[in-house]
Amino acid sequence: MNPSKVVQIAWQGLARNKLRSLLTMLGVIIGVAAVIIMIAISAGTEATIKDQITGLGSNLIYVRGSFSQIRMGGSAPAGGLVFDDAAAIADNIDGIQGVVVEMSSSETVKAGTVNIDSVTIQGTTPDFPSVRDMTLASGRFFTDDELDSKRRVAVLGSTLAEELFGEADPIGEVITVGDVKMTVIGVFAARGMVGNTDFDSTLYTPITVVFQKFTFSMFARMMGDSVNMIYVELAEGADMDNVILQMTLLLAKRHNVDLDSLDFTITTQEDVITTQESTTATFRQLLAWVAAVSLVVGGIGIMNIMLVSVTERTREIGIRQAVGASPGDIRWQFLSEALMLSLVGGLLGIAGGVGGAYLFEKLGDLRTVVVPQSILMAFASAAAVGIFFGFYPANKAALLDPIEALRHE
Amino acid sequence: MDNPEQPAIIQTEELVKIYGVGDVQVRALDGISLTIRENEFVAIMGASGSGKSTLMNIIGCLDHPTSGKYYLAGEDVSNLSRVQLAIIRNQRLGFVFQSYNLLARTSALENVMLPLLYNRNGKHGTISAKEQAIEALTAVGLADRIRHQPHEMSGGQMQRVAIARALINDPVLILADEPTGNLDSRTGFEIMGLLSELHQRGRTIVMVTHEDYIAAYAQRIIHLRDGKIDTDHLNGVLHRPPLQQEVLNESQ
Repeated sequence: MNPSKVVQIAWQGLARNKLRSLLTMLGVIIGVAAVIIMIAISAGTEATIKDQITGLGSNLIYVRGSFSQIRMGGSAPAGGLVFDDAAAIADNIDGIQGVVVEMSSSETVKAGTVNIDSVTIQGTTPDFPSVRDMTLASGRFFTDDELDSKRRVAVLGSTLAEELFGEADPIGEVITVGDVKMTVIGVFAARGMVGNTDFDSTLYTPITVVFQKFTFSMFARMMGDSVNMIYVELAEGADMDNVILQMTLLLAKRHNVDLDSLDFTITTQEDVITTQESTTATFRQLLAWVAAVSLVVGGIGIMNIMLVSVTERTREIGIRQAVGASPGDIRWQFLSEALMLSLVGGLLGIAGGVGGAYLFEKLGDLRTVVVPQSILMAFASAAAVGIFFGFYPANKAALLDPIEALRHE
Repeated sequence: MDNPEQPAIIQTEELVKIYGVGDVQVRALDGISLTIRENEFVAIMGASGSGKSTLMNIIGCLDHPTSGKYYLAGEDVSNLSRVQLAIIRNQRLGFVFQSYNLLARTSALENVMLPLLYNRNGKHGTISAKEQAIEALTAVGLADRIRHQPHEMSGGQMQRVAIARALINDPVLILADEPTGNLDSRTGFEIMGLLSELHQRGRTIVMVTHEDYIAAYAQRIIHLRDGKIDTDHLNGVLHRPPLQQEVLNESQ
């Protein structure tokens, strides 16, 4: 019997039981849609995180102080990183384009009658906009001179500027930070949240001002000009591993520590992305398993209904055999029905999955990226499920004895 | 009784069919040798358990004999595989059942076309399956019912559809298994009239029945008893076409 006839017979078989066919397909529809939506959500999350990380600035190396090595009252720097480390890196290491130091505090900021508590005061250095990929909306960032002379100037994040001054132009205005008066010299363009950091609600000022005005004097004495983090931007074409090695040796020497007990850690952008990717890969694998299980459940649903169908249609099978259907014809008919159920279910599932991903993005405010491979994979699995779970019922139908089948009520 | 002028459609030699094994063996057929020639109309009769259904199943290529030979139109079909038997049923045989055996929720037209779906050699390739089916339905007087589904038809109409289906592949033999069993006598006569007409046009028909007045339509009546041929004789009174009252009187 030619394939188009097989398909035709199978189609007639299913069309005669539209509701049951639809219910049978439901398992596959949901399974396939779930695969596509889940993978789209995880791919969307991954893309968002990747954007955020690369948004921190490309070619970044992070140096963090690790405070396990604090030595109280020693003559050497008391563990972690100090401001001078950044200067030493800038002066001695080849292949770097900029060095930024950050030390933050939290103060109340006043402008006229507006009063905002707990604003993050980010002490930093003039390379900050380039290294952290920040753009000024108006005014300018502070200079090396202003850094060295501890000038009380402030650059505002966009949200902070709006909260303090509304529509008015803040440039040149004087604000009170804690009990220090500062002049606003610039406002950053909106940047948004990156990781846990809200760049837009922060006030940026020379790090020297933070050391002088916003660090408790007791701490300052104990810790020197301690900083949270040093960001090093790699020069174009520089060898990252070499730069990291140079920095490690330099800082180990400055801190007087052994190479196997460093009081700082160096990580790169790539490390962060790799960590992130391995997390999302695990997540994705988990989703794939869940989806696979749901497809198998869908397949069992198909097998179940096909078995019921074979029993229920025993008479029909007998009639077909009497008029000349061979066991092969019957097997093909039921296998095609199972396959058609799973393929049509697969197609509906793809439509549902793509539509669902779209709705999640529109209504759920969740970034989704429909991955083409996931569609192929889901569809192929649906087909495989159809063949696998359709074979047993089809075979059962094919092996029915025509006499028994015709006698069946 | 036997007319050697005509080619044999059915020829059996010592057909034996045994069901079960060991102590519970049942010899359903116990050495049936039988020749049915072209354009015969034969009724097979017998009490239940006489073996008439078993004989019909073997003649209909739905079952194998345990031993013995069965030649259908000269071809030995006693030991063919299931697939080969399916081909024989499709191209050589037409079945008419007591309970019509039409596919539910399927139009008369599609039911009649069903054997064509499984016809491998497409010997009627020049005419489309649909035209052929419409022709067959017209021949049984259902030209205006081709779109009707079984549940929209009377028993007589359903049996006519079944007859059209039996004819669609131009079989050498029509097998009717109690074709009037589910019909009232009036409709039964109509169906028998139709079968007689087919016989007159040259068809070979073998029919199982347990009603004498239905068997009376046949040329030749074979009685089975305990798996053996009890009597095999020509029908003295041939009803073609019968007057219903006469037939009723005769059967009483």
